[in-house]
Amino acid sequence: MNDQLKELQEGLEKWRQTRCQMKDRDCRFETVSGMEVKDLYTPLDIENLDYERDLGFPGEYPFTRGVYRNMYRGRLWTMRQFAGFATAKESNKRYKYLLEKGQTGLSVAFDMPTIMGYDSDHPRALGEVGRVGVAIDSLQDMETLFDGIPLDKVSTSMTINAPAAVIWCMYIATGEKQGVRPEQLTGTIQNDILKEYIAQKSWIFPPEPSMRLITDIFAYASRHVPKWNTISISGYHIREAGSTAVQELAFTLADGFAYVEAGIKAGLNVDEFAPRLSFFFNAHIDFFEEIAKYRAARRIWARRMKEKYGARDPRSWLLRFHTQTAGCSLTAQQPENNIVRTAYEALAAVLGGTQSLHTNSMDEVLALPTEKAVQIALRTQQILAYETGVSNVIDPLAGSYYVEALTNKMEEEAEKYFEEIEKRGGVLACIEQNFFQQEIADAAYRYQRALDSKQRILVGVNEFVNPDEKLEIEILKIDPEIEQEQVARLQKLRRERDNIRVQETLEALRRACEGTENVIPYILDCVRAYATEGEIIQVMREVFGEYKEKPTF
Amino acid sequence: MARKIRVLVAKPGLDGHDRGARVIARALRDAGMEVIYTGLHQTPEQIVEAAIQEDVDVVGLSILSGAHMTLIPRVTQLLRENGADDIIVIGGGTIPEDDIKALKEGGWVKELFTPGTPLETIVEWIQSNVKD
Repeated sequence: MNDQLKELQEGLEKWRQTRCQMKDRDCRFETVSGMEVKDLYTPLDIENLDYERDLGFPGEYPFTRGVYRNMYRGRLWTMRQFAGFATAKESNKRYKYLLEKGQTGLSVAFDMPTIMGYDSDHPRALGEVGRVGVAIDSLQDMETLFDGIPLDKVSTSMTINAPAAVIWCMYIATGEKQGVRPEQLTGTIQNDILKEYIAQKSWIFPPEPSMRLITDIFAYASRHVPKWNTISISGYHIREAGSTAVQELAFTLADGFAYVEAGIKAGLNVDEFAPRLSFFFNAHIDFFEEIAKYRAARRIWARRMKEKYGARDPRSWLLRFHTQTAGCSLTAQQPENNIVRTAYEALAAVLGGTQSLHTNSMDEVLALPTEKAVQIALRTQQILAYETGVSNVIDPLAGSYYVEALTNKMEEEAEKYFEEIEKRGGVLACIEQNFFQQEIADAAYRYQRALDSKQRILVGVNEFVNPDEKLEIEILKIDPEIEQEQVARLQKLRRERDNIRVQETLEALRRACEGTENVIPYILDCVRAYATEGEIIQVMREVFGEYKEKPTF
Repeated sequence: MARKIRVLVAKPGLDGHDRGARVIARALRDAGMEVIYTGLHQTPEQIVEAAIQEDVDVVGLSILSGAHMTLIPRVTQLLRENGADDIIVIGGGTIPEDDIKALKEGGWVKELFTPGTPLETIVEWIQSNVKD
């Protein structure tokens, strides 16, 4: 410790003597994740911080300060509202509305049957068609979904995982119909099956074939759809399931490492696919903790990719990410307050250097958002971008004693989890051992208990309650007849298409699944022949089997 | 010694949002009840079969997929058809107020708990509604 710091240490001790005589509101102060924080941070807390080594300049290794040299001065983050409901026709209207209002990218939400690989007329789809997203059964629906939206002009993010390969092929085929070549397509498929086993729980196949599908996508994209983000490695759902910020960070990056290892194992060169990996994080309500999380994520990823996996292409070192504000931080009570929560969360995401952002609508705790609520959410981002001035300066919180100390702390805690995961035999072994699931469930339970005991305050829920509250906001209703309409359309398609061609392509796919070839060209052929999602998945289910989770709590 | 209250916590439908179901299952167990958790993606038929087999007093349905208007009545209907209408059906999730009203007035569900409900409220409700 140098003399200056020694002096500071003495000064701090003196200050603490008088400061400690003052009574605090509480005996322990912690982040929303339960991490204890001190009352004051000073240069002593970042004594070992080496600017060049730990921070660097924006766009330079280790990218703590951001992935691009000019960050938001060059281009603002992409404002991307997640949307989709009812039928392809209805959702197409909503997308056009959003693009008209100044949104700069699309983000498709699918309904549960589509997410789980069932057609709309499957018995398990009953009551679920078009409820939480749009119903897509075949290429025909995908064509309708993007009708009048040129796919060489928009980038599209699709939240689809277990059946990602099928939906992606439908998108590529829709491009073909529009005269857009695959190499012109830009966008993202979520395609992150590991976090499904861990948190979101929308799986179909067991881990091994699922990982094969993912590496097949990596390989196909690198040759034919080079601008596509082949995976969005997601912490969002891990956090929504109740994890802490550190768990979100650590489990997500661990998943990322597992995909890199799978790609390498499949014979790909790391620099062939790593530049197309992208991430997706939550923006929860604890402002500084979130900013530290994003900064730590970039640094950890860059170091691992370069040092452990030997990536040479600097683009492989970049952790680019999308952010969504925390649905689980919103309250059904006094829902207008959610506008304020979302605004703070969005600010954290932007100060943390996100590449794109979805801001939740105030009514999402109650139902799918109305147009009015979506507009306010989008306007929140626009106010942030164009009025507050926060986009003018790159990584403006760097050098804050607190933010830097917290960034270091997040990294250290994540490293502890990486060690534990390694010790247990890796990510797949941890999933099998229920390790992640249990860690998250424990954190969720602690959080709920803290709310119930009022150790943690949630405005409008356990404090500042309006006793006679009546819900006065409008709710989006999904017409129950949509299900019958969708089923009728699907059955008409089945009658009118070339069913011999459908059978041929499905049989070819079956053989490909049984072998070791890349399955993507075969899925594309099925899709082009208007085989339905359910039919394609069923063939794969028969070859690959189904995943089952042991229910625990 | 009084028989412990038996509760089946069930996740019907296709969504995988099990945070609520698992937190509640744990809270009920901590309150001294016997809790059985079905796991995810259960059909109404599977839930009713489990409820009868496990001889539960209460079935708690957690639904966040928007399919509550289809799935809750289906479970209740099947319980009735199987002569198990003494089992109390309750639920929770993202359920709009109008739907809550319709489900309760239609006799499909005894009570619905929406986001923000303290665990204790649910525990107490079950304790006072299950007859000894």
